[in-house]
Amino acid sequence: MRRFDEGSMVKVRSYFPPSPPAHCRTPFYIRGCVGKIERVCGVFDNPEELAFGRVGVDKKTLYRVRFFQHDVWPDYKGSRTDKIDIELYDFWLEKIEGDQK
Amino acid sequence: MGDGKTDHDHDHDHMHQYDPDHQHPLQEDHDDTMTYYRVMEEAVRDLLIEKNLINADQIRDQIEKMDARVPANGAKIVARAWTDKAYKKRLVSDPKSAINELGHDIGPMNLIVLENTESVHNVVVCTLCSCYPRWILGLPPDWYKSREYRSRVVREPRVVLKEFGTMINDSREVRVHDSTADMRYLVLPLQPKGTEDYTEAHLVDMIGRDALIGVVEVAAP
Repeated sequence: MRRFDEGSMVKVRSYFPPSPPAHCRTPFYIRGCVGKIERVCGVFDNPEELAFGRVGVDKKTLYRVRFFQHDVWPDYKGSRTDKIDIELYDFWLEKIEGDQK
Repeated sequence: MGDGKTDHDHDHDHMHQYDPDHQHPLQEDHDDTMTYYRVMEEAVRDLLIEKNLINADQIRDQIEKMDARVPANGAKIVARAWTDKAYKKRLVSDPKSAINELGHDIGPMNLIVLENTESVHNVVVCTLCSCYPRWILGLPPDWYKSREYRSRVVREPRVVLKEFGTMINDSREVRVHDSTADMRYLVLPLQPKGTEDYTEAHLVDMIGRDALIGVVEVAAP
C-alpha cells in the first residue's frame, strides 16, 4: 500500500525492537527525523521478513526520503543546504499532522 | 618461510623418485583457514549441487561473470553520457535500458543515476553493509566496506571527502545517498572543463572508480 507521494513530509518512527530477533534496514541515526519523500521506488519484499526466510509474504512500498543534514545531526558542520537521501520502507514512516500533501 | 636455500641449494629435476631424506621445506598454504563463513559457504554449495538445484559449472560461470564486471564499464557509461546529451537524458530517466544500449545487462538491479551539477555533489554509501552497483562495477573497494567510511561519510561528508582530496565549495550542496535497501547508485560526475572536444575513448581513461562512488571528482589530465 502506498501512503505517501513525492513531496510529502514524513517522520521516521523512533522504534526499537524490544528483543531479538530483528533485522532492521532503518539505521538508528535517521530514526525520529523529519524529511520529505524524494521518490517512490516501488514495491519490494520486506527485507525484515526476508532475513528470516519468509519470502514473498509481505510486500512493502519503498521510498527515498530526503533530510537536511542539520536536522539529522544537530552539530553538523557543513553547508546549510547539505542533505542526505535514504531508502525507507513504508512501515517505518509516520504521517506529519497538518501536512498539506 | 625463512631461508629455504640452505635446505635446497641445488639444481635438479623435480620429477625424481620419492626419497624420504630429500624433503622440500614446507610452504604454507594461504587458503587453508577454515573460517565459519567458509565452512558455511562450502556446505551450502555442496548441498545445492547435491540436490541438483544448480551445478558446479553454473557457479563457476557466475564467478567468471562477476569478475568480468569492472569499473571501466561505469566509465564507458559516463563518457557516453558526456558526449551524447540525448543519451545522458535517457541514462538519468531510465538507467536500466540506457545501460542496456551499451551491451550491459544489469540484471535485477534497480539503479539510480545521480547527476552531479554545479550546485550538487553526490556521494554514495551503504551504512548498514556494503550495497554497491556490482552488476556494473564489480566488487566494491575495501574502504567502502569499512566501518569508518560507512559511519563517517553520513555524519561529516565534507571531512571525509577532504581526506580523499576532494574539496567541495560551501556554496555547493553535498548530498549523501545511503543505500539501505533495494536501490543501487551510480554517480554521474561533472565533466571537467576543457575536455569538451575529447573523444569518448579519451574520456573513458580519465574516469576512475572512485568518481563513480562520488568520493572524488574527475580531473582533466
